[in-house]
Amino acid sequence: MEQPYAIEMLNITKKFPGIVANDNITLQLKKGEIHALLGENGAGKSTLMSVLFGLYQPEEGIIKKDGKTVKINNPNDANDLGIGMVHQHFKLVECFTVLDNIILGVEPNQFGFLKKAEARKKVMELSEKYGLHIDPDALIEDITVGMQQRTEILKMLYRDNEILIFDEPTAVLTPQEIAELMQIMKNLAAEGKSILFISHKLSEIMNVADRCSVLRKGKYIGTVSIADTTVEELSAMMVGRNVNFHVEKEDKVPGDVVLDIEDLTVASNLHKNDAVKNVSFKVHAGEIVCIAGIDGNGQTELIHALTGLIPSVGGKISLCGQDITHASIRKRNNLGMAHIPEDRHKFGLILDYSLEENLILKRYFEPEFTNKAGFLNRINIRSYAEKLIEAYDVRSGQGAITTARSMSGGNQQKAIIAREIDLNPELLIAVQPTRGLDVGAIEYIHKQLVAQRDAGKAVLLVSLELDEVVDVPDRILVMHQGEIVGEFDPKKTTEEELGLYMAGAKKDKVTA
Amino acid sequence: MKEKRNLLKNGTVQTLLTSLICIVLGMVIGFIVLLFINPSGAGEAILSVAKNFLTYKSGPMQLKYLGNTLVKTAPLLMCSLSVLFSYKVGLFNIGAAGQYVVGACACLYAALAWHLSWLPCMLLAIAAGAVFGALSGILKAYFNVNEVISGIMLNWIGLYTTNMVLSNVKETASPYTYQLSAAGEQALLPTLGLGALFNKNQYVGLAIPLSIIVAVIVWVVLTKTRFGYELKATGYNKNAAKYSGMAEKRNIILTLIIGGALAGMGASFLYQSGYEQWQCTYSSVPSMGFNGIAAAFLGGLNPIGTIFSSFFIQHITAGGAYVDKSMYCSQISDLISSIIVYLCGFVGFLKFAMNSYIEKKEAKKGGNE
Repeated sequence: MEQPYAIEMLNITKKFPGIVANDNITLQLKKGEIHALLGENGAGKSTLMSVLFGLYQPEEGIIKKDGKTVKINNPNDANDLGIGMVHQHFKLVECFTVLDNIILGVEPNQFGFLKKAEARKKVMELSEKYGLHIDPDALIEDITVGMQQRTEILKMLYRDNEILIFDEPTAVLTPQEIAELMQIMKNLAAEGKSILFISHKLSEIMNVADRCSVLRKGKYIGTVSIADTTVEELSAMMVGRNVNFHVEKEDKVPGDVVLDIEDLTVASNLHKNDAVKNVSFKVHAGEIVCIAGIDGNGQTELIHALTGLIPSVGGKISLCGQDITHASIRKRNNLGMAHIPEDRHKFGLILDYSLEENLILKRYFEPEFTNKAGFLNRINIRSYAEKLIEAYDVRSGQGAITTARSMSGGNQQKAIIAREIDLNPELLIAVQPTRGLDVGAIEYIHKQLVAQRDAGKAVLLVSLELDEVVDVPDRILVMHQGEIVGEFDPKKTTEEELGLYMAGAKKDKVTA
Repeated sequence: MKEKRNLLKNGTVQTLLTSLICIVLGMVIGFIVLLFINPSGAGEAILSVAKNFLTYKSGPMQLKYLGNTLVKTAPLLMCSLSVLFSYKVGLFNIGAAGQYVVGACACLYAALAWHLSWLPCMLLAIAAGAVFGALSGILKAYFNVNEVISGIMLNWIGLYTTNMVLSNVKETASPYTYQLSAAGEQALLPTLGLGALFNKNQYVGLAIPLSIIVAVIVWVVLTKTRFGYELKATGYNKNAAKYSGMAEKRNIILTLIIGGALAGMGASFLYQSGYEQWQCTYSSVPSMGFNGIAAAFLGGLNPIGTIFSSFFIQHITAGGAYVDKSMYCSQISDLISSIIVYLCGFVGFLKFAMNSYIEKKEAKKGGNE
């Protein structure tokens, strides 16, 4: 062993009732390397990290730090061993400054009085050393997501952590911020920190990591050196088969206007400014239009106003030539609007209802399911549900009578997609339809969207994932601070160009 | 072991089990309180609470007092159905008490002042309850006023309005309204000859079978109809209900109207049986509506379950009257029955505790396998 291991997890096995979450997994992190941990959702990455943090005790296997066996019983033990983590969802106090957040929990003090000057000095030194460029006095709520993430990184460094874990750190960042983060990670590794980088984005792993360990369905598939591998090999290891990342679709001339939005303005319930400002665009039959942008730039409000969940302040919405600006949700649905919502638990499903009851959520009132006296026709509901379950391959424990809550995220999403597409809508609105899903499910959902387009329907996609933004639609609209700041042809643009518009660095006058 | 665990996870079994635990727990705590007050009579006192009409030795007397318990069970069942129905839509109808009170007001005034026959009186009681429910519903749907707040306010408004209105039809020498059997016989509910079954108990009549029929109807509406599907969807997840195009505002108002109507009907069941007169000096809302909350939860929020839980709660409440007053002060009966009723409200909490215990145990077991 020429290069010692900072942390070793050897032959870890962790079982839950009915499932082996980690089956004999070995992960060896060298000192000063960036080691990627790759796997789909449910592959066992989170369980493995929970074992490392002492949240779960493995049935088999040992953990070694610097070659010595250690016992990690709880997160405090992990902290003492110098293991720190940047979570996907930041754990920051919004109304505190950057400095306050960094020292939170380990405040230097004398007789109970804070000694902030000392802390500030250390934070600034660290910030300088690793090129983090933070403003210690800015409030968290005022700074960008990228800056918040750097605050999280500083939190680990301030605690003198040697082993840094990044859990899907790029999900919330713009391409420019991602590039910065990659540089920061390289700086950290160069200074001797060991980094574990959890991701399912292959391009980033290829870019930054030294080695990569792959998990699939709880099993350890292998560890490869990035220098000797390809994206194709990694993806095949992750999914177990070759995946077609590129969405296949033929060119198609868009048809009539299906959705026409003019000068739509929507109030925000967070602040006094309007969340959506004078937005105008059209979606035609047979085209997929994607609204790209960083989370929180008015996409949610735009879609909620469009689907009738919240009222709009000004402007006009027309669907298939009919003014629906003030129409009820039921009317919009009946006119041919289907909506795959952003938050499937909050809007898309009634989790305590069974799968079949969820599948009829938008058509329970039709004569097929309710007779004239108002009684539900359970036989028809069952056969309709079984038809959809079969056609869309929705998997669940007990079939049609499974409680929606007990289904996996991917199958919940499939159920929603089955329900919405089966409405045979003129306009399909899909908001982050692949969020939190694994590669196989993403591929399936993209195919369904393209199939709708090919059938001559209009599709409005809202996405935060750049891969999806570039790959799926026929037209891209970038949204920034409630306005549409750019329109692009996905074939003629680059991720970098989109990133500049998403971050607000560039802006066109668009009247799409 | 596996089967046992599955059995514990079954919803119906859980409800039954937790309800029983609550009952036992209530009895035990009631017993402890009695022990503190006067140890020597505690055992006997708690027994007489549990025995209720069985305190009497002779069969016919037992039947007669069972009849009395049933007479009061019918309105309690209606109140608990009112609470349950609203709860399915995610609304806590604490206003059932006030809806019950205005129901009493409407049917008694119609019977004693206008001398209407029983059916119009009952319909007026239903309508009065419905109007009070509608008030809460409109406030909730359009002004986002919490139904608990408006319900409590309306309870007081209902109480004093009723006292005021019914003072016009009260006996001159007492605070009670005229006896229905004397001054408004036409408004007495038909007895259907049922009284004969309970040793000529003249109060037993239409109300008892009707309340059970209503419970079954509520069950059918909630489980078999489109309306029930919409209501439960709204209760489980109002965002998803809205998203799917259901008229949640209308559903909220409609639910409280129906809840109010049920409570109002309950009042007519009691007061039109002639069993009780309204006391125009009441300074608090009759406990019927609040006991309805306990009965609804003890019945596992199942309309059929509430039939039994209502009977049990009424049984305990009536049984309190048999506690030996020479050993305990007269309020003790109310105290003991309230303790038991109070603990009956813990069914939901107990179920939650039980589930998390099972989950924990399973997680641990998974760890050992």
